[in-house]
Amino acid sequence: MNGADQIVKCLEAEGVEYVFGYPGVAICPFYNSILDSKVKSVLVRTEQNAAHAASGYARVTGRVGVCAVTSGPGATNLITGIATAFADSIPLVCITGQVNSELLGSDVFQEADITGAVESFVKYSYLVKDVADIPRIFKEAFHIASTGRKGPVLIDVPIDIQNGLAKKFEYPKEVKLRTYKPTVKGNALQIKKIVKELDNARKPLILVGGGVILSGACKELKSFVEEYSIPVVSTMMGISTMPTEHPLYFGMVGNNGFPCANRAMKEADLLILIGARVADRAVNQPDAITKDKTLIHIDVDPAEIGKNAGPNIPIVGDAKSILNDITEYEIDGNYGEWIDTLNKYREELKIVRKTNPKFVDPAGFITKLSMKMKDDAIYVADVGQNQIWSCKYHIVKQGRFLTTGGMGTMGYSIPAAMGAKLGCPKKQVIAVCGDGSFQMSMMELATMRQHGANVKIIVLKNNYLGMVRQYQHFTYKDNYSVVDLDGSPDLEKLASAYDLKFLRVLNDNEADKAIDEFLKNDESYLMECVIDPMDLV
Amino acid sequence: MNKEVIQLLVDNTSGVLSRISGLFSRRSYNIESITAGVTFDPKYTRITIVASGDDEILEQIEKQVAKLVDVRNVKVLKPGESVFREICLIKVEADESARESLITIANVFRANIVDVTENSLIVELTGNQSKIEAFIKLLGGYKILEIARTGITGLSRGCDDVVWLD
Repeated sequence: MNGADQIVKCLEAEGVEYVFGYPGVAICPFYNSILDSKVKSVLVRTEQNAAHAASGYARVTGRVGVCAVTSGPGATNLITGIATAFADSIPLVCITGQVNSELLGSDVFQEADITGAVESFVKYSYLVKDVADIPRIFKEAFHIASTGRKGPVLIDVPIDIQNGLAKKFEYPKEVKLRTYKPTVKGNALQIKKIVKELDNARKPLILVGGGVILSGACKELKSFVEEYSIPVVSTMMGISTMPTEHPLYFGMVGNNGFPCANRAMKEADLLILIGARVADRAVNQPDAITKDKTLIHIDVDPAEIGKNAGPNIPIVGDAKSILNDITEYEIDGNYGEWIDTLNKYREELKIVRKTNPKFVDPAGFITKLSMKMKDDAIYVADVGQNQIWSCKYHIVKQGRFLTTGGMGTMGYSIPAAMGAKLGCPKKQVIAVCGDGSFQMSMMELATMRQHGANVKIIVLKNNYLGMVRQYQHFTYKDNYSVVDLDGSPDLEKLASAYDLKFLRVLNDNEADKAIDEFLKNDESYLMECVIDPMDLV
Repeated sequence: MNKEVIQLLVDNTSGVLSRISGLFSRRSYNIESITAGVTFDPKYTRITIVASGDDEILEQIEKQVAKLVDVRNVKVLKPGESVFREICLIKVEADESARESLITIANVFRANIVDVTENSLIVELTGNQSKIEAFIKLLGGYKILEIARTGITGLSRGCDDVVWLD
């Protein structure tokens, strides 16, 4: 047994189903050992997408996503994917091959100091120096990635360590980390304070972020707010915590959010943030959420509390555990009047969009699509104008909504959807992207085909990098610079090259029929919707 | 801007110092000095950092370093309840005529002369920062050739907040 065999044994012990990756000489011992295992390998077409696919897989399964790539350029290509997972707090274990230990630091072929390079994008990283350390390091890596505030962990394994002779495999039962002990249970005194604040509040509001989904607390949150009729708004990463049409849910906040959600934030007298980090896109004026109101901040990461806004009541701990603890108390609050006000705002502040009948209206189209999708479907939004339309007009029922709200990495949706589909093969998985983001990841159509990941892809085509064009429209008075996508491929021909079914929708009249056909079977599909190039979000 | 002495107990792993200094640079925190040395238990290193910033930044610094996986314990050493020391080596140009007066000043500060050549000497001074600064100021009339300072290290007084390592 060698080090590579031990790595595969570690993955088996962790119950890993898939490794997303791309081989090269420095990781070949690992890819040789994995052949003898039940762990399946998925060959992505560029390393960045290995991390995105692992992220999609991790988010829908609640498990750790795993990727394995080679040294040097393989490892550096992975960085954007790792940084994306870090910003979105997605648990990954990334294995990189490395040149021979003795050659480290001598700038040999395909050598890159990857642990140094990813330092600011990982929760932790390891450079394995002794084959005997492999089981301990993997045990720790999976533990660190999946506990506390989740995130990526990188393990760099020189080729001589992979080939090194190892003793009998023994996977540690427990993690012995003296220095890493994230807080799970919230302080009881602080929880009592929340209850008291809720008793006294007239206009309480809960702002949920991605942390609620990551801690698996959606059910707990829903039953808590339903019991006491507390209204909820969400950040972009918090979308799909609550069904969109839930009477207590008032939409996404922020620059691109719903006016009624922002109004609710402004007028609330008690604001409870749960697993939301007061990021600039959601809360562009942190002072405003502490003014004239009581702020409670619940987060598993103590460093997020008070980073951008100082709360009156900070609580460190896991959202699920804290929500469970709160429900043990009776809350004496009646917020009926507040809910009525918010419902009034919901009507008054409805967004009215101007649409151009010559094209498909992306907003209307996305809503139509979501009404026809399966209730538990997984919707993956890319980055750009398409992301904002998806956030605002996709109706979540019981399903999931995935996007990279933290890093905003274009090209995320297709590989993430592929990972999600492999994680949940029975669920409908739909990726919605623009023609810019599609072209950043279209090489993965081959991976989808090779591994039978039947993802359905919608490209909102406007022949522009729409979000940047919109920015140039407002900021540079229509002085468009490097945003037109002339030269893009004919998607029909592209689909046929990948043996994919294809549909093109030119206007809203064709939408219904096209969506029915698109969703009919569990098969991959590429649908192009031609939208108004001048449309604004 | 306030100054704070933050002391960390960290796992003595390779790269731990770069993880900590990297955190300061990427989050644009001001670091005035950093010293590190292994503890009596070789598994751990004690790092003493002097950081500056407003209160919110200093609080963030404490939280962000506490978040690093290698960091076992973070404590702020308060001036009244702690002992701070720094070592400073100063090489001064000194021919025979200047030597004696320099030695006199050094004696007053309980500094040691650790090297003498024909035209220079090295003075070693241990103390808190104000003592060292006062000493350097006093050498204003001489030509200082080189200064090397270690930065502050320190310990809190008494047994109350000793971290017992397992």
